[in-house]
Amino acid sequence: MAKKVLVLGEVREGELRNVSYEAIAAAKEISDGGEIVGLLCGESVSGIAENMIHYGADRVLVAENDQLKTYTTDGYNQAVMQVIDQESPEGIVIGHTAMGKDLSPRIAAKLQSGLISDITGIEKVGEQIIYTRPIYSGKAFEKKLITDGLLFVTIRPNNISALEKDESRKGDVAKVDVTIKDIRTIVKEIVRKTTDGVDLSEAKVIVAGGRGVKTKDGFDPLNQLADVLGAAVGASRGACDADYCDYSLQIGQTGKVVTPDLYIACGISGAIQHLAGMSNSKIIVAINKDPEANIFNVADYGIVGDLFDVVPKLTEEFKKVLV
Amino acid sequence: MNIYVILKRTFDTEEKIAIENGKISEDGVEFIINPYDEYAVEEAIKLRDDHGGEVTVVTVGEEESDKQLRTALAMGADKAVLIDDEDVEDGDQYSTAKILAAYFEDKEVDIILGGNVAIDGASGQVGPRLAELLDMPHVTTITKLEISDRTATIERDVEGDLEVIETTLPVLVTAQQGLNDPRYPSLPGIMKAKKKPLEELELDDLNLDEDDVEGKTRTLEIFLPPEKQAGKVLEGELDDQVKELVSLLRTEAKVI
Repeated sequence: MAKKVLVLGEVREGELRNVSYEAIAAAKEISDGGEIVGLLCGESVSGIAENMIHYGADRVLVAENDQLKTYTTDGYNQAVMQVIDQESPEGIVIGHTAMGKDLSPRIAAKLQSGLISDITGIEKVGEQIIYTRPIYSGKAFEKKLITDGLLFVTIRPNNISALEKDESRKGDVAKVDVTIKDIRTIVKEIVRKTTDGVDLSEAKVIVAGGRGVKTKDGFDPLNQLADVLGAAVGASRGACDADYCDYSLQIGQTGKVVTPDLYIACGISGAIQHLAGMSNSKIIVAINKDPEANIFNVADYGIVGDLFDVVPKLTEEFKKVLV
Repeated sequence: MNIYVILKRTFDTEEKIAIENGKISEDGVEFIINPYDEYAVEEAIKLRDDHGGEVTVVTVGEEESDKQLRTALAMGADKAVLIDDEDVEDGDQYSTAKILAAYFEDKEVDIILGGNVAIDGASGQVGPRLAELLDMPHVTTITKLEISDRTATIERDVEGDLEVIETTLPVLVTAQQGLNDPRYPSLPGIMKAKKKPLEELELDDLNLDEDDVEGKTRTLEIFLPPEKQAGKVLEGELDDQVKELVSLLRTEAKVI
């Protein structure tokens, strides 16, 4: 049965995040031929609304309000709830990002609905839609279905492919008036700590360092490699605990779970908690002095050697071939 | 201050996962307080030491969760509550949040702390859902918390960036790594914990019926990911290995 599905897009630095396009593709699966309605919230976001159409949305609603300039739970909650009341969608798809994680459960609670978070796959079995999601940080997976309420999911970035961009697609972009009042959590300041804007959870390539980087400066060669590859930099708990880098870089069972196309582990031994966070990456490269290191058991390609010898050479080689 | 912590019993992070009869096997598994909830317990104890009041730790789960509650009491919490949900069919985050909301209904609350995610189910839903049901603001993934009078100044981690938030009590917050270093229970702490109150509640005690809290989702199947095969360790001169690796990533793996 065709269902109307709402996709909440997410804007970062004036662009739609890739996960929002992936969310449209997920919504297509869920909608079974029904209408896909995109929603964008912000101060001035109508300029990018068409992108959602090009990636598969049938029409887009734009909720513009100066109270929505930065994300706040209350502001976005009110805007999205007003649109839900107006549109009565049967499904909702949001990216499993900082925003999606913060907002979706709150909306699900208000709607007394089920919500399946962090899905990595969708399949149809007869009339049922079944969602796959990792549990125990990817040590296992579960298949779930929603038995009551909206078909409401958040999707993990990088797992569901976006549809091909089609600039000939046309659709209606309409402004929607939302009333925002009483925001109880005020954002006083945002301190940007991520330098180049490549976010770990959405990165296609990740260069990660472990205890083997030895010092804060030890991340320099990793940063240089990441620059050449347009990669994000991550770390093992060992490197974070030793204060070589910020905890926000941590990948593992505590920390982020990532699934990039390419994961380059430098000086990481491969503790089970770290493997839980990255072993579902498509291709894993391990660089480690210790040939017995556990990381080689999950790596597709390995180089036994000191990362301070290997990584700079790798950077040079990539520079040569990627020009 | 009336300080509450919601926590969950989880597998130790060291544990491997095995499946038996379609379920995750708990045979010989060590359990811990979910690591993110442990940050919440620590922060709650610090708040109480600074501002006075009482820390109550609450869990929804099976009877065996009393061990994790005792650990929290040994760390320094004052009281514990275990709400038994074993009769709930297909319990999910909807169920847990609704049970907790029923518990909190008649409580005077200044702050509720929890982890931002549990390392087992990892939905991260229960905190924000509970805040909504209690009509309370929430702040997720916090790394710093300061309270002065009724104002909370909070730092939160947003995908690596830092956001400074101001809000007023009561509030629900969820902990991110970096908030603090949880203490280990001391021996006197462990002795004292044995005498601290641990209340056990059933759904009946909260005027809830099993049907009221039946989940909205159902798990059909649990499976393990295909075991990753160890790949190719390159050999020869380092310069050649590096060339070979770059070429393999481009032509064989096609990821660059």
